[in-house]
Amino acid sequence: MSETPVTSSVSKGCFVFKSTSKKRKRHVGVGGYLVDGSDDNGSDRFRICQKLWETVQMNTEVIQDQLNKHVLDSLVEFIKKHDLGNSSDVWRQRTSEIPTAALMLGVNVPDHAMTFRSLCHLLQDSVTPFVVSVHAKECVAVKHLIQKLLEQLMGKGVSVDEEQEDETALLQRTQCTISALCQWYKTVSKKCPQVSPQRKENVKNNDLPQNLPVVVIFKDFEAFNSQVLQDFILICSRYTQELPFIFIFGIATSPSAIQHRLPHSVSSLLCIEVFQSLSCTQHLASVFDKLILNSQFPFKLSSRVIQVLVGIFLYHDFSVQNFVKGLKFSMLEHFNGQPLSVLCCQKKEALLCAKTLSQKNVERIRHLPSFMRYVETQEPQEQVQLLTSDEHVKDVCQKLLKNLHKYHKNYYPIVQCLHSLTSLLPKFPLGKHIRELHVSCIEKNLWETEEYDSAMQLLRILAKDELVAALEKCAEILKSAKTKRMQNVLQQVEDFIGRLEALEGVTSEDSTGDGVILEKNRRTDLFQLQKTLLEKESRRTKRMNPYEVLRSQVIEFIDSLVREYLTPAELQPLSEVCYYSSSGILRQRLNVTPRTSIQTALSHPFHYLQNESLKTNAGTISSAAPDLCIVYKLHLECGRLINLYDWLEAFVTVMSAAEDQDADSEENGKFDSLKHARFIQAVSEMEFLGFVKSTKQKTDHVARLTWGGC
Amino acid sequence: MCDLVEEYFEAHSNSKVLTSDRTLQKLHTPQLDRETLLRLLSENTPRYAEEIHQLNAKHEKNFDQWMMQMQLSVMGFNIVIYGLGSKKILLQKFCSSLLSDCDHVVVNGFFPSITLKAILNSITADVLQHEGSFRNPGDQVDFIANTLREDPSNHVFLIVNNIDGPMLRGDRTQHALGQLAALPNMHLLASIDHINAPLKLRKNVTCNCYKCQNCKNVSCNCEEIIWDQAKMSMFNWLWYETTTYLPYAEETSYENSLLVRQTGALALSSLTHVLRSLTPNARGIFRLLAEFQLENKDNPAYTGLSFQDFYQRCRESFLVNSDITLRTQLTEFRDHKLIRTKKGTDGVEYLLIPVDNGTLTDFLEKNDVE
Repeated sequence: MSETPVTSSVSKGCFVFKSTSKKRKRHVGVGGYLVDGSDDNGSDRFRICQKLWETVQMNTEVIQDQLNKHVLDSLVEFIKKHDLGNSSDVWRQRTSEIPTAALMLGVNVPDHAMTFRSLCHLLQDSVTPFVVSVHAKECVAVKHLIQKLLEQLMGKGVSVDEEQEDETALLQRTQCTISALCQWYKTVSKKCPQVSPQRKENVKNNDLPQNLPVVVIFKDFEAFNSQVLQDFILICSRYTQELPFIFIFGIATSPSAIQHRLPHSVSSLLCIEVFQSLSCTQHLASVFDKLILNSQFPFKLSSRVIQVLVGIFLYHDFSVQNFVKGLKFSMLEHFNGQPLSVLCCQKKEALLCAKTLSQKNVERIRHLPSFMRYVETQEPQEQVQLLTSDEHVKDVCQKLLKNLHKYHKNYYPIVQCLHSLTSLLPKFPLGKHIRELHVSCIEKNLWETEEYDSAMQLLRILAKDELVAALEKCAEILKSAKTKRMQNVLQQVEDFIGRLEALEGVTSEDSTGDGVILEKNRRTDLFQLQKTLLEKESRRTKRMNPYEVLRSQVIEFIDSLVREYLTPAELQPLSEVCYYSSSGILRQRLNVTPRTSIQTALSHPFHYLQNESLKTNAGTISSAAPDLCIVYKLHLECGRLINLYDWLEAFVTVMSAAEDQDADSEENGKFDSLKHARFIQAVSEMEFLGFVKSTKQKTDHVARLTWGGC
Repeated sequence: MCDLVEEYFEAHSNSKVLTSDRTLQKLHTPQLDRETLLRLLSENTPRYAEEIHQLNAKHEKNFDQWMMQMQLSVMGFNIVIYGLGSKKILLQKFCSSLLSDCDHVVVNGFFPSITLKAILNSITADVLQHEGSFRNPGDQVDFIANTLREDPSNHVFLIVNNIDGPMLRGDRTQHALGQLAALPNMHLLASIDHINAPLKLRKNVTCNCYKCQNCKNVSCNCEEIIWDQAKMSMFNWLWYETTTYLPYAEETSYENSLLVRQTGALALSSLTHVLRSLTPNARGIFRLLAEFQLENKDNPAYTGLSFQDFYQRCRESFLVNSDITLRTQLTEFRDHKLIRTKKGTDGVEYLLIPVDNGTLTDFLEKNDVE
């Protein structure tokens, strides 16, 4: 730091600093940053983090592919259908309509990129090499759009055939027209079979290679200039005979966007079919299933963190990609901030790590709140051992880790079972989505909540067929769980199903009996009817039929499962190793309100500057506050326009109140020039921040730009 | 929320503005010039220096974390810092303490004539040492992307003071910056200050943008600096609150503040200089326009002198003999930015001198003496 580099100038706004040393310091190992000086396992943690990160990445891609499979397949079908349709010249002559697929993708624009990428690959692999995707940003005018189209198509054609390169490069510069494209298409499609031998397998009729369609994907349809689109479509429709165009519109809003952008005369040239992609909430649900409700994935999120991430998803962007980003960031923070996260990996590895814990880490374990709670529950002798012997802690640690893994293995199947039972209930007392149930389970004792009580009450009046169906679903879930205990539970559930089904005869008899009574009493008066009904009611409460007995047993059983397995995660010893819980940090990094922060800094400087003199009552303007804060508070009292002179006067008044000066000497515009200068500086800062702007409506006035605020 | 809405409508309910008519002319020293201002401010001892220093020291502790989060190229995070107070010094400290061994580019977004081209050029020419020009910024961004992709060990840090600066607010500029930020070995560290900077909406933002600073419409629909969802995902921001309470001294130094007599002095001297080099007739023409403008200074509806009227007046004073002569002369004035023309609603051209009345009076007085 011998000399500070100069980065301010009145003639330049951009300063470049090349690395001083000749051999550039190559990328510092990132693991290096995770080592906080004293610790030695930073690189281990980084390795685990990276591995988990790769799992996340892989899983999200797999999920995306699975979810999109249906809609992509139907798109490919659609294109193939029109592809075949082209083969008969009659079809082409009859109509100049361009087949168009309107792909509804939802408002979560950042997620679309992945969908389009896989769509491109899929089309190129199975249908046609001529796939072009365009972005609204690149196409301000038709000229650019066509240029992009030619570049992408011809560039591709050229890359397989090098002789032609010069020729097409020339073409690009001289004439960017669709007719040039037609020429190119003719030559390419003639020799297409030789060009890509791979495609031979895909194309059944090699003798008709000219049918390969040219697919144009408009990634963000709404962002396109409608005039550009109209012109482009009109031009293309002229060439449908020679060039079999197929359009795909990526639409974020609704199909009516097409009508808004294209007049009838243009949209009638298109033959539009709508494809609906899966909703983002479903996408999120499967990501949740794969990455959060999965015992194989050792890294866990606390309830608060999940709430923050889901909140961002639901109230801000609907973007699964951002959700995954949040998850990755939590992982990074966890492995960076928690040295014990070295234990947050697969069971075998974790046990090995526990054996070789450093002394520092053992000490850290002793300080974990959950471990301290555990120690308190032990015998006094054991407590002493745990506090003195490092080796003993390591042993216990292994045991606890095993328990933690076991807890997770049992937890997830039971949560899923409970969800499948309660998701049938009206009004979803425990939440519509499994994530809500999961959040309340790991947050607190579920069985102590009102929602749980009402859910159980509703379960107690479930009809038999519904109950059986739900239990069968549970059995299905439990079958995939591997632990012994879950197998046990499965046995019991199957047992219940068997017994419920065996009841068949008994219940049906009972119900017909009721029917008969009602039938007989039909003609009696109202009083009589009421009496019989009351009798029936009392009889029912007294004597439960066999189904009801069995049903309450089932409910009891479920309740016992919940109490046993769905204990809050925080109570598990060593849960801090796996659970990331700093929801505050997460919110500060991902979902912030810069304006609030600026306004707080202006109106309550004490919040940031801990100086006693800055403590003020609400509503007063303290002269002790920084200049900018005073000017800000004064401006809040003004209307649409602010008179600079009056503002300055008020400012000086506030300033001199502290100095106890004689106000009279300040009359007639003789202000202290230092105060004047400070005022000027503060007002320019206000302008810079965007609170006021200069206006010409009245001399020496500025316009106020914000309303409300404290 | 309710308060906010009510306050807004209360303020905008009637077009009449209830403020006093006092102007800064009443002040003993109506306008300070820049030198005096800077001298006065430098004499001013900052208050709460100790607390501010502590606050800043707290932010500096995050440096390592920033570095780590940016360098994890698999995650591709970039960092944006916000909060009250100038963050330039903080970023400068970051550069000098951690980036001395890395290639980095510092951009001052508040600089009034910063352009995307300048930023891209310094990356391609100075960092990547590429000689040659590019057809358009898109190509240049592509070139940077390809070069960096080929050499993944080459990390470039881009430090942008005020990425919301007036010249960087444009949609295209932000898009290009986003493309750069999305590169795995380009790391962006930026600061924002404007209160509307991160708005994700497209329209109906109270307009305070650079290009319509002069428009009377307080809430016009022109595009503000906006990071829409697509851009947000390119930037992949991690936010850090860094309230520094440091004065925006450098950031505001470029602005033509209402209260600083910088523009007036400059305009006056340039007026005299240009006028001196003109023929007496041309000077007369300009004088005529200036006088007419001063006659009408109390008329708020004054839009300028129409060309026909002007021609008539010039003829009467024997200054020109044909309207072509006048037009040539006006073109020269316009080239020197002495006058501005405006098309009125009736399609007639109106001529204005874009200088405030005080300066114009000064000018005429001075001219009389000469």
